[in-house]
Amino acid sequence: MSATVSTTAETTTEATAPAAAATTASAATTAPTGPRPTTGRPSLRQRLRRVAEAAVTPLELDDVLDVFHPLRKGADLRAKVVAVQPETAQSATIVLKPGRDWAGHVPGQYLRVGVDVDGVRLWRTYSLTHGPRVDGCISITVKAIPDGVVSNHLVHHLTPGQMIHLGQADGDFVLPDPLPTKLLMVTAGSGITPVIGMLRNMFSRATPVRADIVLLHSALSRSEVIFGDELRQYAAEGRLRLVELHTDRDGMLDVADPATGLAALVPDLAERTTYACGPVGLLDALEAHHGEAGLPLHIERFRTAVVATGEGGTLSFTGPTGGGTVVEADGATTILDAAESAGVLMPSGCRMGVCFGCVLPLREGAVRDLRNGELTVAQPGDGVNIQTCISAAAGPCEITH
Amino acid sequence: MTVITKQPVNPTAHLTPEDIEAIGVELDAIRQSVLDDRGASDAAYIRKVVDVQRKLELGSRAVLLASVFPPAWVAGTVGLSIAKILENMEIGHNVMHGQWDWMRDPKIHSTTWEWDNASTAEGWKHSHNEIHHTYTNIVGKDNDLGYGIMRVDEDQRWIPMYLAQPLWNFINACFFEYGIAAYDLELGKNLSIPKDKRSETFKKNAANTLRKIRKQATKDYVVNPALALPTGSFLPTLAANFTANLVRNVWSHSVIMCGHFPEGVETFEKKSIPENETRGEWYLRQMLGSANISGSKAMHLMTGNLSHQIEHHLFPDLPSNRYAEVAPKVKALFDKYELNYHEASLPAQVYSAWHKVVRLSLPNGFLETTTVKNAPEQLKTLWAMTTKGPKVRRAAQARLTQQARRKQMTQAA
Repeated sequence: MSATVSTTAETTTEATAPAAAATTASAATTAPTGPRPTTGRPSLRQRLRRVAEAAVTPLELDDVLDVFHPLRKGADLRAKVVAVQPETAQSATIVLKPGRDWAGHVPGQYLRVGVDVDGVRLWRTYSLTHGPRVDGCISITVKAIPDGVVSNHLVHHLTPGQMIHLGQADGDFVLPDPLPTKLLMVTAGSGITPVIGMLRNMFSRATPVRADIVLLHSALSRSEVIFGDELRQYAAEGRLRLVELHTDRDGMLDVADPATGLAALVPDLAERTTYACGPVGLLDALEAHHGEAGLPLHIERFRTAVVATGEGGTLSFTGPTGGGTVVEADGATTILDAAESAGVLMPSGCRMGVCFGCVLPLREGAVRDLRNGELTVAQPGDGVNIQTCISAAAGPCEITH
Repeated sequence: MTVITKQPVNPTAHLTPEDIEAIGVELDAIRQSVLDDRGASDAAYIRKVVDVQRKLELGSRAVLLASVFPPAWVAGTVGLSIAKILENMEIGHNVMHGQWDWMRDPKIHSTTWEWDNASTAEGWKHSHNEIHHTYTNIVGKDNDLGYGIMRVDEDQRWIPMYLAQPLWNFINACFFEYGIAAYDLELGKNLSIPKDKRSETFKKNAANTLRKIRKQATKDYVVNPALALPTGSFLPTLAANFTANLVRNVWSHSVIMCGHFPEGVETFEKKSIPENETRGEWYLRQMLGSANISGSKAMHLMTGNLSHQIEHHLFPDLPSNRYAEVAPKVKALFDKYELNYHEASLPAQVYSAWHKVVRLSLPNGFLETTTVKNAPEQLKTLWAMTTKGPKVRRAAQARLTQQARRKQMTQAA
């Protein structure tokens, strides 16, 4: 059996983020902005750039160019919203024109998008729902979930012309080349999003794809099926066999049930390579089932990074100064005090929340502002800067220092 | 001005400790009301200001490429001056305060911003955000009070050197950015230490500041003038950059002087500050130690909203565009607790601050006791105090103080 597990995020829940995406994010924020490494004599272009840099300091030339051309080569990766197309009542496909440095993607991969919601930049991860397109655009399909700050903003408030921030595509939930001759796709809810990208890519090729595909898709009801019409069209054209399950009518899929489960729905299951994406429960059941049967399975796991909030927590300081120190802090002690009493050399200033001399990035976790009780939550990779002198741990925290 | 604890009537004497804590609670509530609806429109505001500033600066520099033509020189110089003022005041100062950190935008963030000024962001954040905003107006701790080189308080003993302080203050105004850089480095203190005993931190910071100054000077006085060479505008462009820096320096110096220096703004004794100053006590010190400038929206923008110095000192991390809206609430609180909300127009505050500089450049009581009639005699006394040793100075000072007191009593009677 070959079971590759890749993790991705926010296709079903807001509070998700993959470990892999976190590394992409930090790579994106430390993207080189200075002159590129030179070999021998600097080229004319490099020399011109140096003069321009000297003419605009303390700004960087890129800051100036951003005013005029935010999508140019060499800029931080951004994208312009081209269209927001409703899919269902609560989901929409967002078509984006990425900046020149977009390195492309393989269908099935995901990317991080950063949007300003109420003035605050928030990052989430979504699957790309098209293969490479002729117009150079990319698309994501987002389902607005209850209380999902970012997903609701994207589905209901984003308008064409706006600029959003991007990370490069990542993830290994992709089809191999050459394709297996027999495929089974198992998806649920917005778990269809990486798979639709694969399907669209296969079906839009000049040479017809010779694969026998079964798509088993589960959704709340018929009207909740994202890309429902498109999938049914594919089925009608004989490009795939579509098995739709609607939980309002059919109940939840019990993978292992011999009468209603996978074996019953897909009789030639043993001959197929399975690709699956959906909620944790479904994927766990599939893993158990395929593991037992020794069948090949590739899954895209919607990891729910539940940021636990409470009173106090474990602080871990990663980075050169913190050196991996782990400190237990209660909910009434500032992070600065707790870290200092554990011997961590901390930046500090006024110690009263005024000077911002103590700011450090919270890589993951939750902190409480002791002045007004406000919570700040950082998803993995966010790197939210927090004032350690007035913040106490409100759950486990990872701080870069 | 005398530190409040040495004044005949301490302006806070009527407040009970409970009052002071209540003031703290009310101010916290005002702060929270802004935090609660801080959002997209605030973010749009700062992005707009940044955008306008960048376009104005680039446009002005473009116009200066032809600054050999006088109209281009004037337009370019005015534009560049305004751009530099906006960059330092409404953008740089406030971004470095962390007022916009909540947006989580790495491009507009206290940890990444570098400003168009001789002093480094790092140095400024330490001396300004940390020292000045924490120890506001505490004599001996807050160097903003006199940059360590001026007589800013009657209790500072007068010596002849102070006669030059109006001139010194004027020179400081013209080259204010270098004054700030020196002040951030605590240059005076550090240079008095033998070279081999200076701290590593100082050496590092000094090197960083020199590098910053070199880059700034290269931009304004070499690269941009050189780019204007094709039109024969090297010297005009250089002069335009110098003028813009001068305008920015004098303007920011004036605004900053108005914040803490006008007559009537209180100062505090180091030993009168309790070891564990409460939030209420800290707030109270900020309330009494700052002065506002009244004026138009444009004036507020050009001062970086430091015209709302009182609000800024109470809430240094609130977005500057919100100070105007909290000002009436803050003022009502001053009235409620019978405290003096110090506010006047820019000319009035600048005059007041300069008046204080001049007054304190002279011995205590000198201005008060001088009339047209006794002027020659007074000048003779001053001459004696300046040229003849400390003994004469002490005696003359005692006489002046006595005369001033007597005059005050007759006036009161």
